[in-house]
Amino acid sequence: MMIKATINKIEVEVEEGTTILEAARIVGFKIPTLCYNPDLKPEGSCGICVVEVEGAPAMKRACMTRLERGWKVHTNTAKVRKARKEIVELILSNHEMDCLVCVKNQSCELQHVASLVGINTLTYPRIEKKWAVDTTSPSIIRDQNKCILCGRCIQICSNIQTVNALTLDQRGFNTQISDAFNEGMGNSVCVNCGQCTVYCPVGALYEKSHTDKVWEALNDPDKHVVVQEAPAVRAMLGEEFGMETGTLVSGKMHAALRRMKFDAVFDTNFTADLTILEEGTEVVGRIKANKNIPLITSCSPGWVKFLETFYPHLIHLASTAKSPQAMFGTLSKTYYAELKGIPPEKIVSVSIMPCTAKKFEAERPELRSSGYQDVDYVLTTREIARMMKEAGIDLREMPDEPADDPLGEYTGAATIFGATGGVMEAALRSAYFLITGRELENIDILAVRGMTGIKEMEINIDGLALKVAVAHGLGNARILLDKVSAQLANEGKSEYHIIEVMACPGGCVGGGGQPWGSDMARRARRNETLFAEDRSLPLRRSHQNPSITAIYEKFLGHPNSEKSHHLLHTHYFKRSPVDGKVVSE
Amino acid sequence: MSDTDTNHECVCAQLSEEELYPRLELIIEEHRNKPHELIMALHKAQNLFGYLPRKVQQMVAEGLKVSLNEIYGVITFYSFFSTVPKGRHSVKVCLGTACYVRGGQQTLEKVGKELGAKVGDTTEDRRYSLDVVRCIGACGLAPAMLVDDDVYGRVKSTKIMEILDQYK
Repeated sequence: MMIKATINKIEVEVEEGTTILEAARIVGFKIPTLCYNPDLKPEGSCGICVVEVEGAPAMKRACMTRLERGWKVHTNTAKVRKARKEIVELILSNHEMDCLVCVKNQSCELQHVASLVGINTLTYPRIEKKWAVDTTSPSIIRDQNKCILCGRCIQICSNIQTVNALTLDQRGFNTQISDAFNEGMGNSVCVNCGQCTVYCPVGALYEKSHTDKVWEALNDPDKHVVVQEAPAVRAMLGEEFGMETGTLVSGKMHAALRRMKFDAVFDTNFTADLTILEEGTEVVGRIKANKNIPLITSCSPGWVKFLETFYPHLIHLASTAKSPQAMFGTLSKTYYAELKGIPPEKIVSVSIMPCTAKKFEAERPELRSSGYQDVDYVLTTREIARMMKEAGIDLREMPDEPADDPLGEYTGAATIFGATGGVMEAALRSAYFLITGRELENIDILAVRGMTGIKEMEINIDGLALKVAVAHGLGNARILLDKVSAQLANEGKSEYHIIEVMACPGGCVGGGGQPWGSDMARRARRNETLFAEDRSLPLRRSHQNPSITAIYEKFLGHPNSEKSHHLLHTHYFKRSPVDGKVVSE
Repeated sequence: MSDTDTNHECVCAQLSEEELYPRLELIIEEHRNKPHELIMALHKAQNLFGYLPRKVQQMVAEGLKVSLNEIYGVITFYSFFSTVPKGRHSVKVCLGTACYVRGGQQTLEKVGKELGAKVGDTTEDRRYSLDVVRCIGACGLAPAMLVDDDVYGRVKSTKIMEILDQYK
């Protein structure tokens, strides 16, 4: 039902249930907000969006108040402006204001709001509390001195990801965001997905940076520094340089990295294709043997830790194939090292990921099948953008260049790994071939694409009816896994054969290492970018990648060979749901 | 009211902590899979143990289907809940307005010094726990102090040890 009201004396007609904030935007008034985020349930914790409603005794919070019939709302009275200023000044009175050296400088929502409401003096005395910075996590830094207690991190972590790592600890002036028992995020159930860093409006949660170490390696003439870039990075790196959301920058990215003096610029997409061959062969084998069904994908390290922590009884279902990042790390220090005659200890393997959990994955002690830590340093999309800017590189001005051989060639099936459903689609394209020996004709598998939380489809491969499901965002994964768990317990088998899970909503394009302010709408647009690159490529099936054929001929033998198993497969651990630590093998 | 509901008096002084866990199971059974009854369950658990050790928090979390982070948030929010064991005797110094004006703060400092404990702490021998209260309705006797259920008025610094010594 439509209702009429006025905002600043301008008539507005909106659907019943529309908030004052949304209605005001329709008639051109942008009410400032801070704790509000379109992807989360409004909590009204900051109070910056207050407005006056004629006849109402107190001001109302526009983000969580529904507009009612006949209301006369004023968003810009002297009283409203004074209240907003006061709120921001109070926040600033105990905020560590070292903006120039803050990771969020110029992307900070508090900075933006302070300028929007016109803060030019600080009237309240400063109360500074020196909190210790939490550096216990391999992926995420938590700096309470910057926190404004908006609660967005808790909402994304508990309500959307259902990890429940964060909470409000203590009360009053002593309130802080912490993990249960306040022993540091590295000693908690945190799965390192980094969604908290994406939703934090200020510089209180951000990635543990590896940029200094990478600069050091690049400047060391004794080191041979190789780099890989995840599929999703090319769909958003451009945003950091002012390009439109969803601009594809694969070629420019390769060129920029070469100009930063990486010794070899490869591409994670190559090992994404390889993952499909290994995982595809694995799933075909499991279906034939009718064992460990459904196979669950294991490319997403946040998801893998979630599985190990909350579903330890299902870890045998995870694909043993390493993630593309990990496969690349191993091959850079074995296959590539042998080919080039470079001692592996001189190779520094760097990855550029949309992800904070990849930092955790790189440090997993079992991922050392080259004899060394397979991936040395992991940079998020945000970090590589900062490094490029430091190097004076404007991505927009770069030419398009391909990646280097032999770990750079890729197909369309690899590039869609970055979008939710992409791994499933790529796997089905190749599984069809592996089972029938013929090519799947219509390779655009639309049923597993898109932003729906859980997607299911059935595909008939020569009389074999495969049922597959795709979940993105850990809350959706939990729903799906609960169902699988119950089916296995009650019926001894699940209705699904293959399940793809990505920890982050939207898939890797929505990863915890992506540009700040990465909301769901933007994630959907970036997914489109990857499917567009897929369509534009001459080869769109992983098993058709000539470099993949070559690596099997020259080095690995065949998919799931003994050598493949040794180098490209891994195992998982049961973890404690209290502190996320390994409890047994 | 069920049998198990009737008596949750603290028995921590008589039984070892290990012996209390079967009783905790009974409490959890009353509230199983009822996350909205968290505070009630924690209240009873604290009465049983005298505080809320980590293992108790974990068991309550599992039984009521509440995540640990939420339990931790609730426990640290309400000053009633404690994660450190309580002593055999509770010493509470009043810092309500009247007591404060008449030297409650000095009383608190003196008690803290004598016991070697900060507010919220328990002495190493678990004999005393030190806390602050805001007005116990004994303003006429300010500054006042409470040891277990006994009220002491017009507390003089010199008398403090004498008072505390009575509680073994």
